[in-house]
Amino acid sequence: MKKANKKIKKELTVEQKINRRNFISFGVFTVLAAGAYEGWRWLYKSPDEVSGITAGAHKPLRKALNKTEIFFRRIAFSENHLVKTYPKEMAAKHVRVNSDIGIEAKKKFDPAQWTLQVIKKGGEVLKITLDELRSLPKTELIYDFKCVEGWDQISHWGGVKFSDFVKHYQLDDYAKMQYVGMETPDKGYYVGIDMPSAMHPQTILAYEVNEKLLPLNHGAPLRLIIPTKYGIKNLKRIGTITFSNTRPHDYWAEQGYDYYSGL
Amino acid sequence: MKVIKEKHSLAMRWCHWVNFPILTIMIWSGMLIYWANDIYSITIFGHTFVRFFPDWFYKTLGIPQRLAEGMAFHFLFMWFFTLNGILYVLYTLFSGEWRELVPKRNSFKEAWLVLLHDLHIRKTAPPQNKYNAAQRIAYTAIIIMGFGSVITGLAIYKPVQFYYLTWICGGYHFARILHFALTIGYVLFFVIHVVQVFLAGWNNFRSVISGFEVVKEEPVPAIQTVREDEKGE
Repeated sequence: MKKANKKIKKELTVEQKINRRNFISFGVFTVLAAGAYEGWRWLYKSPDEVSGITAGAHKPLRKALNKTEIFFRRIAFSENHLVKTYPKEMAAKHVRVNSDIGIEAKKKFDPAQWTLQVIKKGGEVLKITLDELRSLPKTELIYDFKCVEGWDQISHWGGVKFSDFVKHYQLDDYAKMQYVGMETPDKGYYVGIDMPSAMHPQTILAYEVNEKLLPLNHGAPLRLIIPTKYGIKNLKRIGTITFSNTRPHDYWAEQGYDYYSGL
Repeated sequence: MKVIKEKHSLAMRWCHWVNFPILTIMIWSGMLIYWANDIYSITIFGHTFVRFFPDWFYKTLGIPQRLAEGMAFHFLFMWFFTLNGILYVLYTLFSGEWRELVPKRNSFKEAWLVLLHDLHIRKTAPPQNKYNAAQRIAYTAIIIMGFGSVITGLAIYKPVQFYYLTWICGGYHFARILHFALTIGYVLFFVIHVVQVFLAGWNNFRSVISGFEVVKEEPVPAIQTVREDEKGE
């Protein structure tokens, strides 16, 4: 009886082998393809992140952006990596104006009345005039300004190196914090910058373009020029500067862009 | 008599089919990014032959005003694209498959004969192993192109931190052009590839999913007799 119950293993015919392998491989292929498609639908339809310091991106994608940021900061960022500089002749005579958010012409603004406000601990406000800034050592930079949209332009800027500014106004303790926040006087445009990028030797608080004081549409009287970031971080018309250990709010990071936006 | 002949390894099939959707997503998200500064065209003596891309093209694919979204997708799927590519290259190296893939010295000459044969201009194709000369060139070129996409991509992604890559790629502008041109290359590759797969037929297509081909072999008698008149050869 025992013997009779045993299945007799017959050698499969070639045709059977073919069918069997076709069935398995196409079955697995179909399941995996369906899974991949479902995975994609899930990601594509995934809800936006909860609006906070960053907003407007799919939640999983924001997580990926933040992780990728940390990865590239760790493996690649260095103060010694300088943006390429160019001879003066190569700088654009007409520097492109791409945006006026926070500095719209219809808004009343008198550069003569302007002071830069640095918010210190305990609500103390350091007020600095343009003349004071101009009395500090000037740094000039002719480099390829890069917009997140994909265009770039060689332009010529002059101003105070941010790290010189920190030293001169004895903000060294503040520079140990993780972030710098900058805002336009009307608070319409604002950026958050990680401290290593802010303290990069080519980051400048610029008051000149092509060796002349900034015109209003380029952010007079003072703007940020930070070559290690896309243009969206190069805030025009700086009103206030703050320091913090958490990410300051950032205009374009609220519109789905990477917070870091580093180059 | 039908015989099962193993053709493609599981690793090769995996990498191939994983790459297909990832590359599609990379091209799509790349277009969302490119749209924001769509300055490329093929212009010769002032006449524009192709503009990348016409408005109807963008509209049909729903591309405009999605730069941030495009970047977010691109910078996630770049990881999968790169890792899958590395996996494939490591596999071909360690398995010895590369011997079947890398063009041989005569491949460039032979590829013309393959082309002429495929276009029905020439009757016979040169003898081949797993891949013919044209395939060797195409499948090696596509890997080099993938490598090029990663390098040019990094060069425009972090041009300050990876300044040496940007320099190797001929600067920021040229790196962006290369990155774009490589993508156009993938699309052309895809078109030719699909036509060829279609022409090659079911047996060939199946082998990239199930791994084997079915070949007809004449049964060979155990003892072969040689006739007198064949001896002299």
